[in-house]
Formats: sequence, C-alpha cells, structure tokens
Amino acid sequence: MFDGSPAEGRDVLRFMTAGSVDDGKSTLIGRLLYDSKGLMRDQIAAISKAKHARADEGEIDLALVTDGLESEREQGITIDVAYRYFSTPKRAFVIADAPGHEQYTRNMVTAASTAEVAIILIDASRIIGKGLKSQTRRHAAIAKLMGLDVIVAVNKMDLLDWSRAAFEEIREGFERIARTLDLQPLAYVPISAKSGDNVARRGAADWYQGPPLLDILESAPPRETKLTAAFRFPIQRVARWGETDPGARRGYAGRVESGFVKVGDTVTAAPSLLPAIVREIRTFDGALDAAVTGQSVTLVLDRDLDLARGDTLASADVQTAKSVTADLCWLDTQAWQRGRRYLLRQGTRTTHAVIEQIHFVREVTELAAVSDATELKLNDIASVRVKALDALIADRFDDAPATGAFVLIDPVTHQTAAAGMIREAHDPQPRGPLAEESYEI
Amino acid sequence: MTVTAKAASALSHLDRLESEAIHILREVAAAFDRPALLFSGGKDSAVLLRLAEKAFRPEPLPFPLLHVDTGHNFPEVIAFRDQRAAELGERLIVAKVEDSIARGTVRLRKETDSRNAAQAVTLLEAIAEHQFDALLGGARRDEEKARAKERIFSHRDEFGQWNPKAQRPELWSLYNTRLHPGENMRVFPLSNWTERDIWTYIHRERMALPSLYYAHEREIVRRGELLMPVTEITPAGENDSVERVSVRFRTVGDITCTAPVASVARNPLQIIAETEFADLSERGATRMDDQASEASMERRKKEGYF
Repeated sequence: MFDGSPAEGRDVLRFMTAGSVDDGKSTLIGRLLYDSKGLMRDQIAAISKAKHARADEGEIDLALVTDGLESEREQGITIDVAYRYFSTPKRAFVIADAPGHEQYTRNMVTAASTAEVAIILIDASRIIGKGLKSQTRRHAAIAKLMGLDVIVAVNKMDLLDWSRAAFEEIREGFERIARTLDLQPLAYVPISAKSGDNVARRGAADWYQGPPLLDILESAPPRETKLTAAFRFPIQRVARWGETDPGARRGYAGRVESGFVKVGDTVTAAPSLLPAIVREIRTFDGALDAAVTGQSVTLVLDRDLDLARGDTLASADVQTAKSVTADLCWLDTQAWQRGRRYLLRQGTRTTHAVIEQIHFVREVTELAAVSDATELKLNDIASVRVKALDALIADRFDDAPATGAFVLIDPVTHQTAAAGMIREAHDPQPRGPLAEESYEI
Repeated sequence: MTVTAKAASALSHLDRLESEAIHILREVAAAFDRPALLFSGGKDSAVLLRLAEKAFRPEPLPFPLLHVDTGHNFPEVIAFRDQRAAELGERLIVAKVEDSIARGTVRLRKETDSRNAAQAVTLLEAIAEHQFDALLGGARRDEEKARAKERIFSHRDEFGQWNPKAQRPELWSLYNTRLHPGENMRVFPLSNWTERDIWTYIHRERMALPSLYYAHEREIVRRGELLMPVTEITPAGENDSVERVSVRFRTVGDITCTAPVASVARNPLQIIAETEFADLSERGATRMDDQASEASMERRKKEGYF
C-alpha cells in the first residue's frame, strides 16, 4: 500500500560486536556508521572536541561515537551495551555494542539475546605467535550458546602490512575453537577499522577475494529462516469488549513469537493442553487471515478455555515440563545459593523455580566442563537442571528461542539473576510423539 | 519451514517496530498497577499514543495521559494535545512546572531560564501525587548517546534516579518489571525507532500533527548555526537582526531551548527526503539544552529526567 520510502520494504538485521579491550570494537562501529553516513556533522564535531579524545591530532577518534557515558569517557572503556542504528539501501541495521571486559560477560549475553549475528573482532597485531585470547574463545562460546551466526573480523591488519600468513594463522586458530564448539562462521574477513579497508569498501589486501564486512552483513540470512514452524503465542493479557452485549467477547492479546497462525487453525493452550479453533485474528487495522512471527495481534477462539496471561497458545506439537536442563549465564553480583527460590519468567508466565543440580560450569579459558563445581557466580556459564513450580513450555532454545529462553529474577533484590536456554525437557507432557490427527476437529 | 521463512519476511522493518511497541505497551498494562503515558503533543508522543490505540482498542486505554508542562509552549502544540485527548476520550493530567515554582520546589535564576531541566522535579512530584509506578515515554535510542545505553524497561530508584552503571540486564523480550515500593519504571516502546522510522510511520498512518512540524514562515534570529524563533517568551534582542524564513521544527520542547530548521517540507514524505540529506542530527540541529555539555542528557537522566 505504501511505497513512498525505501525503508518501508527493507528488512532488518540485528548484530552485535564482541572483542577484547582495545581490539577496536568501538572504532569498527564508528567506521560502519561513518561510512554508511549514519553519523551527522554535529556528532562528528562532538567527538572531535571531546575532552578525552585519544586519536592523533586532526583525526577523528571513531571509538568515541559509542562511548556514550561520561564515566566511560573518563576511563576510556565501554561499560554497558549501547544500541546504534544505520541503514543501507538494502537493509536496516541495529547494532548492540557489547563491552569486552571479562567482568562484563553479562552485557555480551544481554546484547546477544536480541542479535542474530555476532561479529567477533580479533586484534591481529597482538595475536601473532601468541595464540588467541581466552576472551575470544569465550565470545565464540556465548555466540554459539545463544544461537548467533558468527563473522570473524581480523582487525588492525594495517599494522601487519596486511600479511596473509598472519591472517591465515588467526583463521586456523579460530577454526580450532569453532570445531570444538560445532560452530561454522559465516565468514572470515581481514579489516582495518581505523582506515576502513574491507569494512564498507574493498581494501588493501589484494589476496583477499571475499566481500567487505558490510556486504556480508547485507546478505546474512535472517534468523527466522532457520527456525521451526511451530506456532507459539504467549498471552499477554485478556482483552474484553462489548460488555453490555449478551454476546460479550474476549480475545487474547499477544505477539506471535514463533511460526504463524491462520483463521480456522486448531491451537493448543499450554499448559492445560486443551484445544480450540482460531475464529478471528483481530488488529486495530482490521481482521487478518493469518499472523506471522513478530506480529502483535488479538486472537479470538471458538470456545471459552478460561485462559489468562502466562498461558501460551501453540501448535499441537507443544509439550510442557516442570523440569528442564538448561545452559545458564549468571548475571547477578550475588552468587547462586543452593536451595534459594527464584522467579522464573518464560514467555509471559512468571513462576517459582529452583536450581536442583549443577551438571557442570564452563571454565573461562578452554571452556571445558568442570563437573564438580558447586557454585554459580557473576559471569559463570553452566549447565544446570531447573525445577519449576508450574509447568514450562518444553521448547528447545535452538528450535524456538523466544519460548526456549527464560530469565531468573531474585525475588528479594529484584535483580535479573540469570539468563537460561533450555536444552532438554525432562518427562515432557503429553508423552511420546503426538498423533497430529488426534487434534484435528 | 519454507512457509515460515516466507511469511516472516513479509513483516517489514516498520511492521516489526510497530508490533514490538504494541507488545511493550501491553506488557506495561499487564505488569503495573498505575502506569501513565507521557503525552506532550510532540511527534514522538503522538506516535506512542497511536500505538497505544493499536494495542488496546476497542477498550479504553489502561492508563491516563500525563503532560509535564513547562508553561513555555507553542500554543498549537497545546491545542493539539488537548484535541487528541478529547478525540480519544482519554484522561489527560497536566503537571505544571509553574506549580512547582509556586511551591518553591523549582527555583530558577531568572524568569526566562529554560525550564527543560526543571521538568524532572515536576515529573517526580506528579509520580508521587498520583503514585504512578510506570511511565511510558517516546524517547528513542538514536536521539542521544545516553539514551543509546538505556534499557527499554529502565528502572528508577525511590528518588527517581537512573543509575547507568547498575542497569538490569535486559534479555530477549523477557522484561524484568519488578519494583520495590517507591521505585518506578520508565518504559520506552520507541527505543529502536529512528527519526526516519517515525516520519515513515506518520506518513503511513496518515497521522495529524501540530502544524509547526511542517514548513511555515517564521521570524527567527540566527545564533551560530541555530535559528532561534522570535516569540513572546524569546523576544529578539535590541541588536538582533530578525529574518523571516521558511522553517519547520524537527523536535518540539520548551520554547526557550527548541530551534527550528530551515525547510520547505510540507508533508512527511518531503521531510523524509530532507532528512536523507540532513547533515545534522535531530537534537544537534535543534536543541540548545544538549549542547551545554557533552554529558547534559546523562546528568539530567540521573536526576530523574525522562
């Protein structure tokens, strides 16, 4: 209907950047914004006159574009996730800039949760002959845990005169890590964020035949294309209208988090596992025949199932479970305490949960499992068994990230304590493979 | 599976932003007892109000509208504010900085000082009076560097202060809405929108806006690169040379700190086209309050500003 603006039809890619301190993450983001004209003259003027500029005279310190806070400028570090926006004629982009300090792993996890692709940045000039840093391994592991595609950007190649041997050494080093994680990077690209070579345009390395980084981002596959078609619709609230009318009606307002739904589809309410037929898909702009992933709508069913916020409407494959094995990233400065209850939020449901067992904690350097670990503290990544008071949706994170994910909240301090990704459900209900015919009405 | 891929790609960037904002608005309605939506009559809050209609109609909105009024307003913006609230039949609460001045809780060096920073005091007083626990605002992350680091659900302590170093991690769309008594949440459904997305949406939805957002002739005085509107509150100085120029406002705030830009754009599409070639950011071209120091917004937010 509307074609007045090229932004209307474009899709969006959300990506994050991960690297160790001084690998040049902020400079890379500054470069992408600068070269795609995402930076305005006053913003450039502001960073040129900023009090703590580190660049040589006459040069813009691109890193200052993303160092938003006063305290960061004073310390010359990035302390929190910053979001930036730019677009090219092909795509709109959202960047989550995550800091690289080890103590801020929680920020990388936060950034990764809303991203589809991670650019893992490696400072070539500091790696040669020394092997990759432990943080690079950790960033790769988090990207894998959180289901992101990975692009490996080997930065500061200008300091090594664009040495092909140096690039290959780093690529081989990363490939060894990738193999242990079962990770297949989309691309390896040699760049200089400072000069811009191979970022938005082809650059100095004549031996590099691949596209520049921005082209890779423009053609990266959207995440939905890799997920299952299972329909998941966590109910946010019950909408009621026509109260005075004897046929007063209610609908369930929410967002399609996975798959799609059509009028006439049979859906299953979880956790009750009762079926119903979708009679109407309502929006402010009129009724729809179908709704797809990402769309906020109100569903009207053909019967009254007495559903509420926290329930999920789903396709017939849905299962529930009270106990799951999950990867957990601990985000709180207060360490986990055995026996302590947490609030668990999955979809729109909040329930109580305990961590029954730690299978293993991944240690930082080699990511190997330490199976006798007994504690969970800030920045730990662990495999645990979680038991919930109410039944959870038994979705694996890799199949349906929106419903396969949960957070734990400390009920006393209200801090977000942990991020969880479900890997396996124990004793899921209903048992066994569902005969789809049994739900057809 | 191919069906999903195809169906998912049918949702454009703008549709996705719209659905995300509706999702956030519904989360606020479900999770808080006494929310309010900040509505000034400006373009971003007009988009936010439109999204609230989309989230809740045919029901009444589950929150009142709240305007923190500096008293230094453009009359057509106030008229638009009142008109929209009346059209929708929704309750509008106006909290006045002038009342805070009368109470002595806001003190200004002189009558014509910008009241923009003083809004934080009046806002916190309104929160206390009405016991609001969540305030929906139209702020966007692309506006300003401190906002770029703020969560969608931004926790404020019992003094209404933002602590950028102790923000709760915000994962997926699993927002942590828990509060202790006296604390409040600021919620920004337009966090991921850009200036261009706002105008594209205004065009698509055929939304009405106050006329000063479109090109009109106005008397101005040049102050460096900024064009200062000549108004009763901001009269021209004796030595100023007053010019009549075709301008529009890219942002609208307190009269004393909002400057228009030279423009001939008479509709949203022309504005989008102009914005493509603009070489100044939205706030950089128009806001005097941000230019006082590179950390102005961060400091104001720490004190309880939006």
